[in-house]
Amino acid sequence: MNKILIYTENFDGKFKKSTFEAVCYGVEIARQAGTEAIALSIGDVAESELINLSKYGVARILTCNNPMLSTLDNQAYAAVISQVAKSEGAGIVVFSASNTSKAVAPRVSVKLNAGLVFSVSGLPKSLNPFVVVKKVFHGKAFADVMIKSDVKVISIAQNSFGVRENTTEAVIESISAGFDTSAIKTKVTNVEKSTGKVLLNDAEVVVSGGRGMKSPDNWKPLEELAELLGAATACSRPVSDEGWRPHSEHVGQTGKIVAPNLYFAFGISGAIQHVAGVSSSKFIVAVNTDKEAPIFQAADYGIVGDVQKVLPPLIEAVKKLKSEV
Amino acid sequence: MKILICISNVPDTTTKIKLTGDNKAVDLANVQWIINPWDELALTRALELKENTANAIDKVTVITVGNAGAEPTIRKALAIGADNAIRVNTDPKDAWLVATQIANAVKSENFDIILCGIESSDYNGSAMGGMLSEMLDLPSVSSVSKIEIEGAKVKVNREIAGGFETVEPSLPFVAIVQKGIAKEPRIPSMRGIMMARQKPLTVLEPVAADALTGFVNYEPPMPKAACKMVDADNVAQLVDLLHHEAKII
Ligand SMILES: Cc1cc2nc3c(=O)[nH]c(=O)nc-3n(C[C@H](O)[C@H](O)[C@H](O)COP(=O)(O)OP(=O)(O)OC[C@H]3O[C@@H](n4cnc5c(N)ncnc54)[C@H](O)[C@@H]3O)c2cc1C
Repeated sequence: MNKILIYTENFDGKFKKSTFEAVCYGVEIARQAGTEAIALSIGDVAESELINLSKYGVARILTCNNPMLSTLDNQAYAAVISQVAKSEGAGIVVFSASNTSKAVAPRVSVKLNAGLVFSVSGLPKSLNPFVVVKKVFHGKAFADVMIKSDVKVISIAQNSFGVRENTTEAVIESISAGFDTSAIKTKVTNVEKSTGKVLLNDAEVVVSGGRGMKSPDNWKPLEELAELLGAATACSRPVSDEGWRPHSEHVGQTGKIVAPNLYFAFGISGAIQHVAGVSSSKFIVAVNTDKEAPIFQAADYGIVGDVQKVLPPLIEAVKKLKSEV
Repeated sequence: MKILICISNVPDTTTKIKLTGDNKAVDLANVQWIINPWDELALTRALELKENTANAIDKVTVITVGNAGAEPTIRKALAIGADNAIRVNTDPKDAWLVATQIANAVKSENFDIILCGIESSDYNGSAMGGMLSEMLDLPSVSSVSKIEIEGAKVKVNREIAGGFETVEPSLPFVAIVQKGIAKEPRIPSMRGIMMARQKPLTVLEPVAADALTGFVNYEPPMPKAACKMVDADNVAQLVDLLHHEAKII
């Protein structure tokens, strides 16, 4: 079988869990197929960080650190990844499911004449024919998808495979971009980024509020709970549409799809479009005054009650727990 | 400038998904079809740009790949305000096939801006816009939540972890758009619906192409265990359950 190439995305020079998850996934397919897994990093990542990839079983780490590639240009990144895939003879290119892979993986698939399946939720059901599983209709069904082309491109849904350490000896090889980077056709002219906040897509715990929070002024206790739990804050669509919370916090079918270990829904009715974005959470806790609210069908634990009355004792109980452990 | 919006015809977001008896397909009988939500926002934004920028935009075109069943959806896009529509008459089997058909249909049309949704709400592929831009050899920006035209320049905001970047692409380019691109989708007016009947809808026959992926089987999601209820007067019990039973905090 041909080799497995894993694109290892970095965020400001650091890898995240989702990147290591893609590495673990690629290494496991390589093991099953009796072939080699190779990691490819683009951008400025220090050797001390690159070597962390070897903790997850990858023995060759390629790094393309060209200053012109310090910001994402979809065409340029796709060119580097597909060139490496070709020169290494990769049969499968693995991405983590992220904004970057949404931008780049489809372009790579065209360059390699490869079928693409985005956001697969487990190891291939079979390697030959190549069949993977993914959620469709936002979790209302699972589908087995066959990729018929010789080369395959896939991305791995976040938290669907997990990470396991499996340290190997690794070599780091520098590679060149292999094309004229001055021809890049997009330019980043401004960056605005909050620092220090737990990001929704990385969070193990998410604390979310809906219209039942009644007013943007009522978010203080919700934020306090999030802070205590090291959680990210989120909201339902009408809450962001009203401007109570930023768009970046909107979860659901038309917002962000999240898969934390624990999702709190405060004053969220649980509309089908909302649940579509949170149903992959390991545990869901719902607090709602309406005992018939559909969110209780999606939830693991529930309280029928007013958020404003439930939040203060909940915060106290979490504080107490944190002081004990 | 000319803007193209790629439109996917999808089941309404509230549709209960039923599988056929043999689990080989999704049972789409009696389904209500809509414009994919992100595509609808993209169309709304294109119309706003046309209205707000003095004569910068001459034409807003919509395209869909689908058989005759997709016609009401593309007509709706005309009723919302697109100037003309194209339908490539074939079953949209996968993103590769759709991108191949659209690339072929528009390669000689010289659109300046092509807008696609970040995903299709049916098969959640997140692939078509990226594939199309590569097939047309155009720059693309994905996760776009804002698009502005300033003179001859286009500026977009791209979402990144924890914030956004402002990106200036050279034209023509493809923007793959998400939430935020327009506030609310436009609803067709009576007048819009009447006018849509007169607007040109070109039906093109497909070029020979194959899908590279195929759905071979489906499964319903796993049934969920009943929700464990905690009394509102005993909130501390919830924390206890999350700690000792779920072992999650
Ligand atoms: C095409 C489309 C896409 C959509 N995409 C999304 C999406 O991505 N994400 C999303 O969230 N929605 C989405 N929606 C909207 C969705 O259908 C719902 O309208 C929305 O999720 C409802 O938000 P909510 O639960 O905050 O508000 P409501 O439905 O108004 O629910 C508020 C809830 O709070 C409860 N409540 C009220 N007061 C209190 C209190 N004091 N204490 C406790 N509980 C209280 C009420 O009982 C109620 O259940 C979409 C809709 C469409 C048509």
